[in-house]
Amino acid sequence: MRKRPKRHVVIIGNGIAGISCARHLRKQTEDKITLISSETPHFFSRTALMYIYMGHMTYDHTKPYEDSFWIKHKIDLLHDRVKSIAFEKKRLSLERTRDVFYDELVLATGSTPRFLGWPGQDLKGAQALYSYQDLQEMEKNTQNIQRAVVIGGGLIGIEMAEMLHSRDIHVVYLVRENSFWGNILSEEESELIHQHLRTQNIDLRLNEELKEIQTKKGEGVEAVLTAKGTLIPCDFVGLCIGVRPNVDFLRKTDLEIGKGILVDEFLGTNIAHVHAIGDCAELKSPLPHRRAIEAVWYVGRMMGESLAHNLASQPKPYNPGVWFNSAKFFEIEYQVYGSVPRNPKTDEHVFFWRNLKENKSLRLIFGKEKGEIRGGQMLGLRQRHDVWEEWIRNEKHIKDLMESLEKANFDPEFFREYEVEIREEFGKAFPHLSVPSIPSGT
Amino acid sequence: MKSLQRLSLAVFLLGLGGFLSSFFWGGYQVQKEDLLKNMTEEKALRFYQEQYHILEKKYDFGFTLAQSLEKAMDDFNTKRITEYEITSRDIDLILNQSRSPFDTSAFHGLGAKKESVRYFKTKAMQIYGSWLQDKIFVDKPSLRASLEQVGSQVRSYEILPKKGFDVYEKDRLVYALTKASTQGLPRTHSLFFLCCIYGLCILGALGYFLPQIKTEGPAGIKNKGIFHSSMKNRGYLGILTGSILILFYLVLYFKPSYMTSWICMVDPLSRSLSGHEAGPFFLYGFLYTLCVGVMGLRMLIRYRHSPYQMLRTGSLIFFQLGFAFLIPEILLRLNQPYFDFKNIWPLDYDFFFDSELNKLIKNGGLGLFMLGWGMGLILLAVPILTYFFGKRWYCSWVCGCGGLAETLGDPYRQLSSKSLFSWKIERYSIHLVLVFAVVMTAGVLYTYWTEQSEYWGMNTYGIRKTYGFFIGSIFSGVVGTGFYPFMGSRVWCRFGCPLAAYLGLVQRFKSRFRITTNGGQCISCGNCSTYCEMGIDVRWYAQRGQNIIRSSCVGCGVCSSVCPRGVLNLENKTEKGRFDLSPNISAKLSQI
Ligand SMILES: Cc1cc2nc3c(=O)[nH]c(=O)nc-3n(C[C@H](O)[C@H](O)[C@H](O)COP(=O)(O)OP(=O)(O)OC[C@H]3O[C@@H](n4cnc5c(N)ncnc54)[C@H](O)[C@@H]3O)c2cc1C
Ligand code: SF4
Repeated sequence: MRKRPKRHVVIIGNGIAGISCARHLRKQTEDKITLISSETPHFFSRTALMYIYMGHMTYDHTKPYEDSFWIKHKIDLLHDRVKSIAFEKKRLSLERTRDVFYDELVLATGSTPRFLGWPGQDLKGAQALYSYQDLQEMEKNTQNIQRAVVIGGGLIGIEMAEMLHSRDIHVVYLVRENSFWGNILSEEESELIHQHLRTQNIDLRLNEELKEIQTKKGEGVEAVLTAKGTLIPCDFVGLCIGVRPNVDFLRKTDLEIGKGILVDEFLGTNIAHVHAIGDCAELKSPLPHRRAIEAVWYVGRMMGESLAHNLASQPKPYNPGVWFNSAKFFEIEYQVYGSVPRNPKTDEHVFFWRNLKENKSLRLIFGKEKGEIRGGQMLGLRQRHDVWEEWIRNEKHIKDLMESLEKANFDPEFFREYEVEIREEFGKAFPHLSVPSIPSGT
Repeated sequence: MKSLQRLSLAVFLLGLGGFLSSFFWGGYQVQKEDLLKNMTEEKALRFYQEQYHILEKKYDFGFTLAQSLEKAMDDFNTKRITEYEITSRDIDLILNQSRSPFDTSAFHGLGAKKESVRYFKTKAMQIYGSWLQDKIFVDKPSLRASLEQVGSQVRSYEILPKKGFDVYEKDRLVYALTKASTQGLPRTHSLFFLCCIYGLCILGALGYFLPQIKTEGPAGIKNKGIFHSSMKNRGYLGILTGSILILFYLVLYFKPSYMTSWICMVDPLSRSLSGHEAGPFFLYGFLYTLCVGVMGLRMLIRYRHSPYQMLRTGSLIFFQLGFAFLIPEILLRLNQPYFDFKNIWPLDYDFFFDSELNKLIKNGGLGLFMLGWGMGLILLAVPILTYFFGKRWYCSWVCGCGGLAETLGDPYRQLSSKSLFSWKIERYSIHLVLVFAVVMTAGVLYTYWTEQSEYWGMNTYGIRKTYGFFIGSIFSGVVGTGFYPFMGSRVWCRFGCPLAAYLGLVQRFKSRFRITTNGGQCISCGNCSTYCEMGIDVRWYAQRGQNIIRSSCVGCGVCSSVCPRGVLNLENKTEKGRFDLSPNISAKLSQI
């Protein structure tokens, strides 16, 4: 570590991106670190918001570090909102506290929900879910209600449906596309989820779009009108059509902003000593197979760590490695490694296996010419991240992969194993690539 | 379905109400035969004469009779003491006759009207004062002090046991007499009420749990509402349940005579199993097994999507029912030593007690096998099985305490504290208990071989009693189970169990077991930590891409089950790389 004068590093946002940066920076430097955030005094796990509502946990359980952690590691927490930033003076104006000056500024301001300006979207009982305050509002808005409508066929939409369902509130779930999470899941995969939603009595309506939210008395929501003209009476509307970078308060500055704060491969912005990470950052030139804005937990974590490294020592370009993600749709777990588009490219083969009775499926994408694996996506199966990462990075041939499928199995002990079944199915679909169905060499 | 569940809940509460109220059922009257059956004839007749009022009265409650009996025995003791005590007059007499060096023939001159009393006193003084023979005392007061010391020994070790009742006999008698004199419904219709009360409870519980297969939706993790629940989040119901459990344990360990009406009701079952009348610990074993069974069924329904949880729960029920409950009773029926083949020292802290050792050795063949089996478990099974599978092979697949924690305790698992502070306390307390158990047992064995009761300046009987009271009863029972609704289901296993400490040391330092973290998939949600009954902050490791290797982990597998991202997996793999971090937690700094 090079010796250098202590700097004041100010991080706006105590989400996963901001705290990852702060933690790793603390490990590597003696800099003064200030973490400013307006949402909650301490870092909590946004991904666990649904579990607070459902009663699986309390807010305290969602804090990944004890409150004393921040004191012990000399990371100063400031619970306040940054109103504006004077970049030329390196000065932040806050709502309640005195101005703060920085030597290095990290913007980790996260996302904010998207609204489309629907008539009635500001009525009481209509809301999105992103922040802890949203959750508190949802708690209030859903006291003693019977019917709710959820809009948006993505991850937060389905989580909200599950939350409401857990309180025995009847849910009508409107999805604009013809299938759930249609930009990621294939038709069959979506279908599996549709079935699962329907067995839970979630009233899933595909190809239905919100037109307006109605009220009679002018107070709370009373019904939702869809683009097709269906009127759905309800007491609550969940607006979950997605998020966008939370950058509005930075718009009229010199900071270069596209959809998000534009950053180079070192996570620096166009202004010296100002960096952006997490949901709010937009990469100017993302790596192949990766998107410019990736609003997921893991990306925030890795960007935070990368930037901490860059602030502490010789900068290296941000490289998150092979894409991965996971989710859970009611009882069905989802995982993906590598790139598994809904529709394969022309030079790609798709292999799909499913077990309908047990809500399990596996979809593999591999190159037509060389047979190299490009990605795998599973429902109801747990697979090893490290194994998949290595397979994809080393472009493992699909035939070898099929032979050693067991290596990636991460299901708990005594769970049924599907490798033999999968191999048989693969043999039928790709006879020239098939392998004997007896597991070999594992 | 919902109404069936409501009805079942009512049925269960009716059964539970019946059970609790039956504590107060019946009447109690002591008969002369009961005295004769339980005491020496001399004491029985004396007691009958002096404390006749006890036999005349009909008592409404077990505890009123028990208290009267205790009082009567104390009165009886006081009388015996006045009668046989070495008084200061006696000591004066001895002093008058004594020469220097002292000669125990001085004991002959003790004064008492009755010849038999005089004889008793003299004999007792001779036994306990034999060490005075030929001693030289500087002056009379120092001789007097020694004589007074002998006198008080005579009182504790001669008068009370032989003429009155010492503490042990008193406890035994109060229980035996109360049990024998229990009358009324619990006695006359024991089988009927046994079936009714427990039948209603079981039926109600089944009717409540079984429909959950339908009402709770598809199989999967169902933790909704847990922290909104009064029962499961230290609300009124939780506090009430905890209080009842604590009271139950206090009565069981310290005043079993209060609950003879409950015990009478399980007499028919005990007789049909072992051929003997039920004792308090038969009732306890029966209730315990019932809870493990019924709540085990709840567990099976709850985790029906997880073969690991199903097998594990099945195994716990099997070992509780077969090994802890039925086999020992059947052994009794066959006139063999009562023995729990799955209990392991130092959890089974009296395994090396002289009474136990003698019992097994005296029995010969089977007894010796049991002794060898027990030793084998301690010396071979624990290290070897723990090396291959982790301590879970015992703690969450076999053990009785684990069995109750994983079934009856499951609704409370989320209440364990995850703080660093409690982890610190845990490491101190569990290892201290282990040291205590080892020192206590070494002392007991020392006394067994050498017949010396002094050991490192401590009295081995004293240590053993202290251990039994504080660790065996208060910690493992009253706190261990009574605190479920306050501190989670594994208070004992986490802070107190010396066997868990031993298993944990092996697991931490020499085992293939670990909970593997799946690369970088953790979203830090906290479900795993919240539902860890041992209070391990699982997330701390998972979010750093680190495997979880902790001595306390009992391998229940619930973290893996509740993790919504499939991050955790219990595995037995080679020791190599056990502590490694996953490379995929980080961005790839070194590449490109
Ligand atoms: C309900 C829900 C479920 C999710 N589930 C998953 C999942 O399962 N897996 C997954 O990968 N991702 C999930 N996500 C997405 C994931 O939570 C985000 O990608 C991640 O939290 C972004 O982290 P961040 O640190 O970039 O921003 P954030 O967590 O949004 O943190 C930014 C913080 O900065 C604060 N802030 C912003 N502006 C200011 C200001 N001017 N002054 C002071 N403070 C400010 C905000 O209040 C906020 O607290 C989920 C999101 C939601 C809402
Ligand atoms: S439950 Fe899973 S995702 Fe949540 S914190 Fe634990 S390991 Fe991470």
